[in-house]
Amino acid sequence: MMKPGEFHQRDRDIHPPALTPGYKTSVARSPRYSLISLQNSVSEITGPVFGHNDVDAGDNDLLTNYAKAGQSPIGERIILHGRVLDENARPVPNTLVEIWQANAGGRYRHKKDTYLAPIDPNFGGCGRTVTDENGYFYFRTVKPGAYPWRNYVNNWRPAHIHVSVFGTAFVQRLITQCYFEGDPFIPLCPIVQTIPDADAIDQLTAKLDLKATIPLDTVAYRFDIILRGRRSTLFENRLEGN
Amino acid sequence: MVQQLGYLPESASQTAGPYVHIGCTPNFVGIHGIYAEDLGATPFPEDAPGQRITLTGVVRDGLGKTLNDVMVEFWQADAQGRYGPGAQGFARRASNFETGEWELKTIKPGAVAGMAPHIGVWVVARGINIGLQTRLYFEGDDHSKDPLLTRLEHQNRRDTLIARDTGNGTYRFDICLQGDGETVFLDM
Ligand SMILES: [Fe+2]
Repeated sequence: MMKPGEFHQRDRDIHPPALTPGYKTSVARSPRYSLISLQNSVSEITGPVFGHNDVDAGDNDLLTNYAKAGQSPIGERIILHGRVLDENARPVPNTLVEIWQANAGGRYRHKKDTYLAPIDPNFGGCGRTVTDENGYFYFRTVKPGAYPWRNYVNNWRPAHIHVSVFGTAFVQRLITQCYFEGDPFIPLCPIVQTIPDADAIDQLTAKLDLKATIPLDTVAYRFDIILRGRRSTLFENRLEGN
Repeated sequence: MVQQLGYLPESASQTAGPYVHIGCTPNFVGIHGIYAEDLGATPFPEDAPGQRITLTGVVRDGLGKTLNDVMVEFWQADAQGRYGPGAQGFARRASNFETGEWELKTIKPGAVAGMAPHIGVWVVARGINIGLQTRLYFEGDDHSKDPLLTRLEHQNRRDTLIARDTGNGTYRFDICLQGDGETVFLDM
């Protein structure tokens, strides 16, 4: 077991830049100066560690975690499952994964969402879980609907689930979105297209996983999440001061 | 195949969007009954040793407008300069929907590994494509040996990283995303 090390430098070329004029809100919310590079210190290679005690067993089941007894949200029943791995292809066990999403009609349970599609009384829209020892996680939910948003006059978000992951260090912190294979809105969405790398977009697109579907019950989609990985510390001559 | 390096590319970031609170602080937006308490509500137990402090702030955009849909996360050492255990030292705040203000009651961190006392800060919101990392230092501390603050090329920007002492254990830390007084953001 190697002692916890610093992380690989983040490859910013696969991430969206801060300023992406096609996504208009980014224009006034993007820093203009360069980020200041800082070698990882103990403040960055540590991070909050959550455990299985911090979540309830049913937190990952959006079909039931808000529904009234005996009722169920409307929509396509899906399983979203996958693994959290790091850049070194190692599983990230015991890490918190949080999701949130619109209901099957594309409406969020939020006072700022005024879309025509109705609120679903049996759907809250959030869930969370902690990965197992192999980095594996799963959620059960409904497939979210596409929804319109005010960017250009006629912009629609592809169906997506927002995903938040912690890892084991504060520099691994990541929020992203999970899309669904075959959605025609993916190439049209200014938010998706903030990502400059086609493979990186594909990596955010969950694949239909027929083998994991439950016959006559629930369709499964596979979504793996990759976090930054730690450098090995072989033959390292550390500079002072960090 | 031999000599494949086998590294995987990090998953790309996407904006947290306008409804980040549904997933991260559902009780704050009135979604009750799923999680007993929002994650990161209290960074330390009540009996943790150290000086009690209250931090407040807002996040402003390049036109000076206060964001009312931001989420800020904090990661800090305890009063002795130690991280953890577990999630101790972690906090999460949503800005107020009307005023954009956030407030965090915590304890003042101790110095860590040659660095002046500081709190790691991570900012996400609609329009922010990848979470912004920065640090909060405290006015009145000795910053003369801090590796980050002393190495900043533009020393006139270092005040953007220092929370202002507003008396009685309160500190003010406003973040400016862009323009005059743009906060120093970090690539770590
Ligand atoms: Fe969304």
